[in-house]
Amino acid sequence: MEKFDKLSGIAAPMPLVNIDTDMIIPKVFLKTIKRSGLGVNLFDEMRYDRDGNEIPDFVLNKPAYREAQILVAGDNFGCGSSREHAPWALADFGIKAVISTSFADIFFNNCFKNGILPIVLPQEQVDALMKDAEKGANARMEIDLEAQTVTSSDGDVFHFEVDPHRKHCLLNGLDDIGLTLEKSASIDAFEKKMALERPWV
Amino acid sequence: MSPKTLYDKIWDAHVAHEAEDGTCLLYIDRHLVHEVTSPQAFEGLRLADREVHSPDKTIAVPDHNVPTTPGREDPAQMTEESRIQVEALDKNARDFGIHYYPVNDIRQGIVHIVGPEQGWTLPGMTVVCGDSHTATHGAFGALAHGIGTSEVEHVLATQTLIQKKSKNMKVEITGKLKPGVTAKDITLAVIGKTGTAGGTGYVIEYCGEAIRDLSMEGRMTVCNMAIEGGARAGLIAPDEKTFEYIKGRPHAPKGGQWEQAMEWWKTLHSDDDAHWDKIVTLKGEEIEPVVTWGTSPEDVLPITDVVPSPEDFTGGKVEAAKRALDYMGLTPGQKLTDIKVDAVFVGSCTNGRIEDLREVAKVLKGRKVADGVRMMIVPGSGLVREQAEEEGLAEIFQEAGAEWRLAGCSMCLAMNPDQLAPEERCASTSNRNFEGRQGYKGRTHLMSPAMAAAAAVTGHLTDVRELT
Repeated sequence: MEKFDKLSGIAAPMPLVNIDTDMIIPKVFLKTIKRSGLGVNLFDEMRYDRDGNEIPDFVLNKPAYREAQILVAGDNFGCGSSREHAPWALADFGIKAVISTSFADIFFNNCFKNGILPIVLPQEQVDALMKDAEKGANARMEIDLEAQTVTSSDGDVFHFEVDPHRKHCLLNGLDDIGLTLEKSASIDAFEKKMALERPWV
Repeated sequence: MSPKTLYDKIWDAHVAHEAEDGTCLLYIDRHLVHEVTSPQAFEGLRLADREVHSPDKTIAVPDHNVPTTPGREDPAQMTEESRIQVEALDKNARDFGIHYYPVNDIRQGIVHIVGPEQGWTLPGMTVVCGDSHTATHGAFGALAHGIGTSEVEHVLATQTLIQKKSKNMKVEITGKLKPGVTAKDITLAVIGKTGTAGGTGYVIEYCGEAIRDLSMEGRMTVCNMAIEGGARAGLIAPDEKTFEYIKGRPHAPKGGQWEQAMEWWKTLHSDDDAHWDKIVTLKGEEIEPVVTWGTSPEDVLPITDVVPSPEDFTGGKVEAAKRALDYMGLTPGQKLTDIKVDAVFVGSCTNGRIEDLREVAKVLKGRKVADGVRMMIVPGSGLVREQAEEEGLAEIFQEAGAEWRLAGCSMCLAMNPDQLAPEERCASTSNRNFEGRQGYKGRTHLMSPAMAAAAAVTGHLTDVRELT
């Protein structure tokens, strides 16, 4: 997995609440057996008309936000389907962090597995960053995972919380499976115990 | 010992390793797999030269992509991409030696219907699947939730998940339901009250008289939509109905193991003085048959109500409501019962079980699907289909003019050919009314099977209690 430590980038404002994973990547694009190449279809039904032409009003089609690396989004971002295609599409487009007041649980987990940092901040701070994002391409936000801060283009600094284990994995680009396999002895011991206590499983 | 919730008890019984910061390796008892969210996970195993840790605890079935029309074994019925996904699952199941129900097996169906039906899902288990509606299995008192594909690979390789514990939330439905009100109305009414993020960070336990009174099918409907309320999982404590449902199923424990299992299963309930981080209570007798009007499952109203106005909301929901009304083609103040439908979909892991089909048959018997309405009834599994045919339900459906299909996810998410056309409006027993969910620009109203059947015969959203 790609490491995440510091990021300085353009943030695109998406104030809509309850942006679901069907919006992020519609199901027609789930028929792939690969992880890559989904960025072109990120937010497909909001981004293109039926003939495949870009809808100019959609934020990521606007010249200022075509290179966005951060999304500032409305509440409950990533709700709905568990599809990891959603963070794959975001990452493939180039989005490395999403800021919102809350995220749906499965999407939140999926982000960390793909080098994307989801940041939860209180409403008034998200509102401030949303306004900042609306300024366009000259307003670059900075995110420092080690320090756990988001800095607006005006220099306002907001502190965020992140789970220490996840932070460690993201900072170092660690592979979960490799880490877990180091604890095989614990898993084996648990299975031996269960074979006696719950043999029907 | 300090008092525990049901969730606490199942959690504690599955921690294989706990780090100092509380990060746990949670042991997984059942891993369900379907064709859409697994190919990349199996590919990951192959690239790293890893095996499936416990093939005997891993069960696969193709459901999302499969056509529901006769002759579907013919590859020409599927798009090239769908066929590749189903064939990949065939190959992965074979190569890694996991349990598999292929398309032509009578036991094939929606993964969340097949699991309980075959006795794979048992009380006190941890159950995961790369699908958010894994919450369904919580009806058995199993801790069940959806995971992403990276986590699918993690479970395949290690039989564990890296997890931190969620908080405990109790949703109590007191008293009795009124006639015409079903499990679907309960679960939608709860989401209408708590919102789609109301359960975020929690595992919900549903309890109370109205929950206890539900059949296992109804309980599965309630837990299925816990995810739509944002919760990691929904649970219902097992009781005699649970044990009765499980007994004798192909993969349920037998003989001495059944007795041993029952001893533990009977301890699987929340202690009286257990701690709850959040409690929500609804009075069963106050729940009405409900429908959704918008594009989020929290957009719930009693069928007797009218379409709301954006001004009825606050914060970010004002813009969301405007967008939803525009998308749905609705006008504030319009009576919900005046909304005409073009299509009716009965099925999905929410409402594709035998009891749901019986409810539909009760309404359709002696009636016809309204002119200009297309009704599709898709059983949740081949065995549900077979039972519905034995009970004469299929005949009622066909006489009414509904299409009687083969098992699969079908138009719940429209990954197969079963889709709405742009601006087509559907009364649906599924779980999500998101934009484009049932087809590009399609418009979905969620409701119970009985309410969907009522809409089919009248051609508009209808209070099923008024069809006598």
